[in-house]
Amino acid sequence: MPTPTTNENSAHDVHGGLPIPRRATNRPVPNAELLRGWYRELVLIREFEIRCMQAYQDKKIGGFCHVYIGQEAVAVGCVAALKPQDPLVTAYRDHGHALARGMTSRACMAEMFGRVDGCAKGKGGSMHMFDREHNLFGGHGIVGAQTPLGAGLAFATKYEDEVINNGKSSRVTLCFLGDGALNQGAFHEALNLAGLMNLPVIFVVENNGYSMGTSIHRGTTQSHDLSSKALGYGIDATVIDGMNLLEVYHGMKDVVEKCREKSRPAFVDMRCYRYKGHSMSDPRKYRTRDEEAIWEQGDPIGTFEKFILDQGAITHDQIKSVQKEVKAEVRDAVEFADNSPVPPLSDLYHDVYREPWGRYTGTSEPLMYGGAMNPPTFRATREGDGLI
Amino acid sequence: MSATQEIEFRDAIRDAMSEEMRRDKRVMLIGEEVAEYNGAYKVSRGMLDEFGPRRVIDTPISESGFAGMAIGAAMLGLRPVVEFMSWSFSLVAADPILNNAPKMLFMSGGQFGCPIVFRGNDGAGGQLGSTHSWCVEGLFSNVPGIKIVIPSTPADAKALMKTAIRDDDPVFFMESERLLGMKGDVPVGDDVLLKFGQACVRRTGTDCTLASWGRPVHFCMEAAEELAKEGISCEVIDLRTIRPLDIGSIERSVRKTSNLVIVDQSWSFGSPGSEVAAQIHQRCFDDLDNHVHRVHTEDVPAPYAFNLEQEYLPNTRKICEAVRSATYNA
Repeated sequence: MPTPTTNENSAHDVHGGLPIPRRATNRPVPNAELLRGWYRELVLIREFEIRCMQAYQDKKIGGFCHVYIGQEAVAVGCVAALKPQDPLVTAYRDHGHALARGMTSRACMAEMFGRVDGCAKGKGGSMHMFDREHNLFGGHGIVGAQTPLGAGLAFATKYEDEVINNGKSSRVTLCFLGDGALNQGAFHEALNLAGLMNLPVIFVVENNGYSMGTSIHRGTTQSHDLSSKALGYGIDATVIDGMNLLEVYHGMKDVVEKCREKSRPAFVDMRCYRYKGHSMSDPRKYRTRDEEAIWEQGDPIGTFEKFILDQGAITHDQIKSVQKEVKAEVRDAVEFADNSPVPPLSDLYHDVYREPWGRYTGTSEPLMYGGAMNPPTFRATREGDGLI
Repeated sequence: MSATQEIEFRDAIRDAMSEEMRRDKRVMLIGEEVAEYNGAYKVSRGMLDEFGPRRVIDTPISESGFAGMAIGAAMLGLRPVVEFMSWSFSLVAADPILNNAPKMLFMSGGQFGCPIVFRGNDGAGGQLGSTHSWCVEGLFSNVPGIKIVIPSTPADAKALMKTAIRDDDPVFFMESERLLGMKGDVPVGDDVLLKFGQACVRRTGTDCTLASWGRPVHFCMEAAEELAKEGISCEVIDLRTIRPLDIGSIERSVRKTSNLVIVDQSWSFGSPGSEVAAQIHQRCFDDLDNHVHRVHTEDVPAPYAFNLEQEYLPNTRKICEAVRSATYNA
């Protein structure tokens, strides 16, 4: 399964990184059903993003929209290596992570359309996907801001397991970031704290070689060997080929297992490539079409498809039916989103505070003018919304 | 009223935190020097001994990191109390405390709240110069999703801190280093909480309302005493919380006195004081005998020299002058 992520072709070696160790070769191949399920997820994310781009051009989706095309194997492989109860937090290129985690394509698309049936009732948008049921803690729009949050989620799972329940730390947190976040202070503070406090958090850098239009060489020191960033904080680092789903899965399995067992942070340089621009408005003038074409030859979906066909885990007919099914699902998601109502204007005032005026459990009487209060100008979270 | 005991402001805060930590294991304290050092200002004195290092947690000097980390922990269901040694230092954590904590609930469509308390020293008064003398309520009160508590007495500090910890929203709790050693009667027992958005009338009067919060409340009380000698009767209202704002209590007082002087420790431009003034002009337009007067910190960076700093801050002299002007006694 050749991919252009090694140093063989320097003109298109956008990462300039050290060679990537191979892990999948000698590992047992997961069962066919699992492989087919992953294949469907890859295809679903790709199709979803293509339809997002169309909907954006049709002005159905507003704001910024960052699509995940090219990086699908990262989300699918990483999530496959986790347990459902493991928290996940990510940056703004988050549709793929949300879908891989189990958010329905309907809820994801409706969110982007700014409709009530969106995962956040249309209040978050493309960059802010949240899904409590699936332990997805966002979707965060500020580069690097999610890294301390990731450390905090790990702090909390460990605290719950060890301090509150007197047990053993059992969950790991997966925190995705882009290579651009490597240059933010928040990232370095998060790594220092995670290292210091032995937090079970895995920082997965989706290293697609570009932070917006700035290639990694122009923005990051030691870009050929990002593990040096982690080693400085006493955190073990791994390089994984993010264009190859089996490499992602096996590589991450090892990292997750160790993180869970030892309750120690980990860092992953996940080499990948985004085929489209940073956002929908990016003409990609900072790189050549040749470079993109070379990377497209190592397409994660094509590579995986070939592999499962070779393995006999799937037939050509089954592939066709998966593609047909996924197309139908995404078409339905777009229709669903389009038919979902816009949020009522009253929603503007919900979810600002859980308890606008605090908890009235007080026993002390105000000294004067007691009791009468002005009606609050904002309202509490709607009834039926779960409390923590 | 239950029995009281006289304790320092700092110990009132400590007692509130300790009681809540005994009540709820999800509550923990985190910040610079809170554990082994017993707190840079000794607010958390003794807490490490009682609760151990898993619940009273020292951090490196890394505000953006530990503030963001605590927010992540709050999203998952813990109830962290985060100490900023000084609110001035919170500025390097602006992104987590302003972009994450107050917006998480809204942005997630109500799925993830952020039950967290940020607390620490706020305001000038100790000759610390410009970088360490911030009154951050001037900045932060602009942001929806935050609750802001600024107590002026030990009893309020304890009761409001307990409310803050039990609150499901992010609370910014601002202490004055100048007040930490102040003693006051605090109800004994762990069941006294104060609701947010409830002002307290510290002194009744008929000629002019003085509205303030935090440390300047004490300057207002001194000014009221002095003005009483001149025959000017002041009513002093301590707002206690900025968000939510108990504008109703000020309104009722102004309808009685027809005059309002706001005393606000932050800069005047776009401040809680300017917000109160605007709201009172709107609500009490026909009741006012004069426009609302405001005493703020001067619109310059905080100076170091003692005399300059005293002149920079709201003080009793300035308040007296403002009241005389407002009541046409100048």
